[in-house]
Amino acid sequence: MQTTLEPQTSFEVSDKGFYGHFGGAFIPEMLYPNVEELRQNYLNIINDPAFQAEFWQLLEDYVGRPTPLFLAKRLSEKVGATVYLKREDLCHTGAHKVNNTIGQILVAQRLGKKRIVAETGAGQHGVATATVCALMGLECIVYMGSIDMERQKPNVDRMRMLGATVVPATSGSQTLKDATNEAMRHWINNPVDTHYIIGSVVGPHPYPDMVARFQSVISEEVKKQLFAKTGRQNPDYVVACVGGGSNAAGAFFHYLNEPTVRLVAAEAAGQGVTSGHSAATTALGKPGVLHGSRTILMQTEDGQVIEPYSISAGLDYPGIGPLHAHLFDSGRGDFYAITDDEALQAGFQLSKLEGIIPALESAHALAALEKMNLQPDDVVVVCLSGRGDKDLSTYSKHL
Amino acid sequence: MYVRASARAKTHYGPKPAHTFMTLTQNRITDLFSQKSERLLNVYFTAGFPALNDTVTILRGLQAAGVDLVEIGMPYSDPVADGETIQQSNGKALDNGMSLKTLFDQLEGCRQGQSRDPVTVPILLMGYINPVLQYGVEAFCKKCQEVGVDGVILPDLPLDLYLADYAPTFREYGILNVNLITPQTSENRIRLIDEESDGFIYMVSSASITGSTKGISDSMRGYFERIQAMNLRNPRLIGFGINNHDTFDTACEYANGAIVGSAFIRHLEEKGTSAESILEFVHTIRA
Repeated sequence: MQTTLEPQTSFEVSDKGFYGHFGGAFIPEMLYPNVEELRQNYLNIINDPAFQAEFWQLLEDYVGRPTPLFLAKRLSEKVGATVYLKREDLCHTGAHKVNNTIGQILVAQRLGKKRIVAETGAGQHGVATATVCALMGLECIVYMGSIDMERQKPNVDRMRMLGATVVPATSGSQTLKDATNEAMRHWINNPVDTHYIIGSVVGPHPYPDMVARFQSVISEEVKKQLFAKTGRQNPDYVVACVGGGSNAAGAFFHYLNEPTVRLVAAEAAGQGVTSGHSAATTALGKPGVLHGSRTILMQTEDGQVIEPYSISAGLDYPGIGPLHAHLFDSGRGDFYAITDDEALQAGFQLSKLEGIIPALESAHALAALEKMNLQPDDVVVVCLSGRGDKDLSTYSKHL
Repeated sequence: MYVRASARAKTHYGPKPAHTFMTLTQNRITDLFSQKSERLLNVYFTAGFPALNDTVTILRGLQAAGVDLVEIGMPYSDPVADGETIQQSNGKALDNGMSLKTLFDQLEGCRQGQSRDPVTVPILLMGYINPVLQYGVEAFCKKCQEVGVDGVILPDLPLDLYLADYAPTFREYGILNVNLITPQTSENRIRLIDEESDGFIYMVSSASITGSTKGISDSMRGYFERIQAMNLRNPRLIGFGINNHDTFDTACEYANGAIVGSAFIRHLEEKGTSAESILEFVHTIRA
C-alpha cells in the first residue's frame, strides 16, 4: 500500500485525500461508512449537469451572485497599490459561508439524507446552514459552544428563527473546537439519515476538497471580473483570512497553479503570537491530527490541543485546513499573523475610507496589506469574506 | 516551532525503510485467547483518573478481581468517539497532569513486580492518534514493548492509514493494533479488517459513542448474529453500552466477551479505587 507520508508537490487533493502530506481521513470506524459514502459520490454528484444547474441558479437568485469586485480607490491610495475587494459580504446571510451550505444541502438531498447537523463558532456558518435547511425543508441541528452562544446571541436567535435547533456544546472549552466534536458525536449517533455540513475546509477527506470546490466560485468570478476591468489575467496578490480557511480556499482556488500570483493568508495573532492568547496556527503549531485530518495544529508537547484565542470568533480555531497547511509547508503561501488591534484598526479604516464595515475576520485580511511591502504597480485582490454587523458590539467598545 | 518543509534542507516525512517483519511470537493477548474463548471481560479505565497516581492501583485491582484484559485510556483533549463520562474522566486526568510519558513511567516495572506480585493481565492502551504522533510512533511502540503493553486501540487511526504508514513499526515491536467494526461496517470491510487484525476485533454494539445506556435491542442482536455467522478468524469482544450483568451476559451469547468502560468510570467515581470496590464492580458484571 502506498504510504501517505511521501511529499507531493501538487496543490490538488490526491486520491487518498492528501495535499502534500496533510489531509486524509483520520476518523473512527463509526464514521467510516458515512465519509466513504460521501467520498465515493461527491464528485459524481457535483459534476452532474442537473446539480450544476440547480447550484448556479441558487447562487444567482438566492445568494445574489456574482458578488461585485470593487476597486477600493481610497484604500488603494492609502496602501500604495491597486486594491480590489471581492464583496462576499454582500452574499445572502452576510458572508461567503452560504456558497458551501447551498452546495452541501444539494449533495445531502441527493444522498437521501433527512437531517442536517452542523457546528458553528461565531454563528455565521450556523446561520448559513439553518438558512438552506429552511429553504429545502430539512431538519437542522446546530452545535455551538455555550460560551459562543452567549457571545453571539443575535446569531443564535437568527438560527432559531430559521427553524434550527441550537444545541449548546458544554464539553471542553465550550467553543468552536468542542462544537465540532459534538457535531461529530451526533453524526456517530445518527449515521444513516444525517448529513454533517462542515463549515470550513477542515475535517476528513473529502470535506476539505468539497468545501473548496463550492467556495471556488469566489476566484472563478474574480478571474473574469479582473480581466473585464483591467485586461489582466491575474493579480499579483490574493489576500484572505484563514481560520479553518474556507474563504481563502475559495479565493485561492483558481490561482493555485498560477505561480506569479502570491497567495497571502492572514491568521489571527490575538493579543500577539507569543502572548499565550493567539490563534496563529502556522506560527505556533506543529503537524498533528485534528477533526479527521493531518494538518498543522496548536498543541502541547504531549499532543493535547491548545485552545486558541482571537477577537474574531470565526478565526478562533486551533488548526487550519490541510490545503493551507500544504500551502504554508511548501512555501506557496505567505502567512501573516495579525493581532486583534491591527484587525480593529483595519476594520475602522475600511469603514471610513470606503463606507464598508467588514467582519472582524475579513479585517485581518485587510490588515495584512500593511505588512506586505506592496509596490505602486501591484494589483491586489482582498477577499472581503463577511460584513461587520455581527461584530458591532466588539467594534463599539473600541470606537 | 515548526519549520516548514520549504525552509528545511530535506523533508523528514519519508517512509521508514522496510523492515524484516518479526513474527508475533509471544503476546499476552493472543496467548489469552488461545486459552480462553468465552465470557472474557475487558475493563476500561482512564489513566490518571480519579487521581494522577491511581493508574497502577486500579490496574492491580482489576487483575486481582480476575478480569481478563485491561484497557487503559490515554487521556486526550478531544475524544470524539467518547460520551460524557469518558470525556470528563479524560479532562480530569489531563487536569491531574497525566501524559503519555507519565503513564509509561507509572507502568514501568509493573510486569517485573518489584516489591509486589508482577502484573500479568494483558494490557491495551486506548486513545487517539495525535498524542501518539507527538510522542513519535516508533518511540511509542518501543516504550509499549518495554513496559509490557500488548496492544493498542486508536479509533481515529483507520485501517488503511495504519497499513500505509505504521503497520511495520507496530509489528516490529510486537504491539497489536485492535480494529473496530460497527453495525454499519460492510461485509467486505469486515473481511478486510479480520484479515489485517491480530488479537481480537472490537465490535461496537450500536451506532453510538461510548457510554450509551440504551440496552441491547433486537436490531443489535441481529447485527451480533450476522457477525457471528461470518466465522471470522479473530475472536470478538463487544463494547459500547455494556454496563451491567444483563448486557454483559447478552454480549457473551454472541461473542467471546465484552468490554465495559463508562460504567466502571462511574463506579470509580462513586465507590473509589480500593481493591474491594473494584472486586464489587467486577462481581456485579459477571455475577
